[in-house]
Amino acid sequence: MSFRAQTLLWVAQRASAAVLALCVLVHLATLIYAVRGGLTAAEILSRTQGSAAWFAFYSLFVLAIVVHVPIGLRAVLGEWLGWRGAIREAVLFLLALFLAFSGMKAVFGVFL
Amino acid sequence: MTVRVWRGGAAGSFQAFEVPRHASQTVLDVVTHIQRVLDPTLAYRFACRVGMCGSCAMTVNGVARWTCRTHIDKAIKNKNEITIEPLRNLPVIRDLVTDMREFFDKWARAKGSFEGKRTRRDDFALISPASEYRKQVDAGIECIGCGVCYSSCDVVAWNPEYLGPAALNRAWTLIKDERDIKSMERLRAVSGDAGCHSCHTHMSCTERCPKQISPTAGIAGLKREISLAALRGTL
Repeated sequence: MSFRAQTLLWVAQRASAAVLALCVLVHLATLIYAVRGGLTAAEILSRTQGSAAWFAFYSLFVLAIVVHVPIGLRAVLGEWLGWRGAIREAVLFLLALFLAFSGMKAVFGVFL
Repeated sequence: MTVRVWRGGAAGSFQAFEVPRHASQTVLDVVTHIQRVLDPTLAYRFACRVGMCGSCAMTVNGVARWTCRTHIDKAIKNKNEITIEPLRNLPVIRDLVTDMREFFDKWARAKGSFEGKRTRRDDFALISPASEYRKQVDAGIECIGCGVCYSSCDVVAWNPEYLGPAALNRAWTLIKDERDIKSMERLRAVSGDAGCHSCHTHMSCTERCPKQISPTAGIAGLKREISLAALRGTL
């Protein structure tokens, strides 16, 4: 991997962390606010389905996770297990695809 | 006091010595006493004894220190026992002596040598001591290459390719040197997985540096400059 690519991964990791910090905050605050009086799955779905704004917000949330998690794991695998090289990158790419698929599946399920 | 000293190579063990306490005694004084009076086979390294040469660093009670300027009182506090080991993150040759080749090879890999464009026929370059660039150079220039930061760095322990705080600090002082012409090449050499972007900002180097340099600050500067170059496509 080129030095530029390695550097851009680092930039993406920091940028996605900034997005995640905001997303997690909004997610938790909304969660706590919404369930104050108890809430059922049906009630949640009646509020979320069809909301374009929440769909966009959680799509961004998923995107940030897809970027952030594999890059962070890349460092963890290299430093803790000594696992470096092309196979590690390929496995992490597959992990990114899995996160994108399962994350967006959830987003479509709740908001569409 | 009882002094436990590492003997042998990587697979050695500790040997205990009884050494008399004196006022203003340094850790290096203690090691020298053992070698001159108690056991002449003890191997250790020193030269200037005044904190200039950077050759006497050892691990004292688990902490990397320059032993010539570390008073026993400071190192052992109220206990009457002290443990002296070779620097960490470097191969042990024998007793308290480490092989520092990798440490200095990494300075070379980080392009740690100055390269200017003036010849001896040109006039001196005029750099104001008050200029912003020169101030940043001054903050990191007094490194004596003792290896204390390298020995204290977790990332060096985890990633053997990591250039380490001293080499990165050196690269930073050259990048901020207005006379140097190898900046972009150097930024490339200190970027990526083996370079500044692997630093976790634990700041052990900054805490332990005997010259009060902050390699962490230099590394942060490198991260910033290299990231901007990568985004612009000039890296």
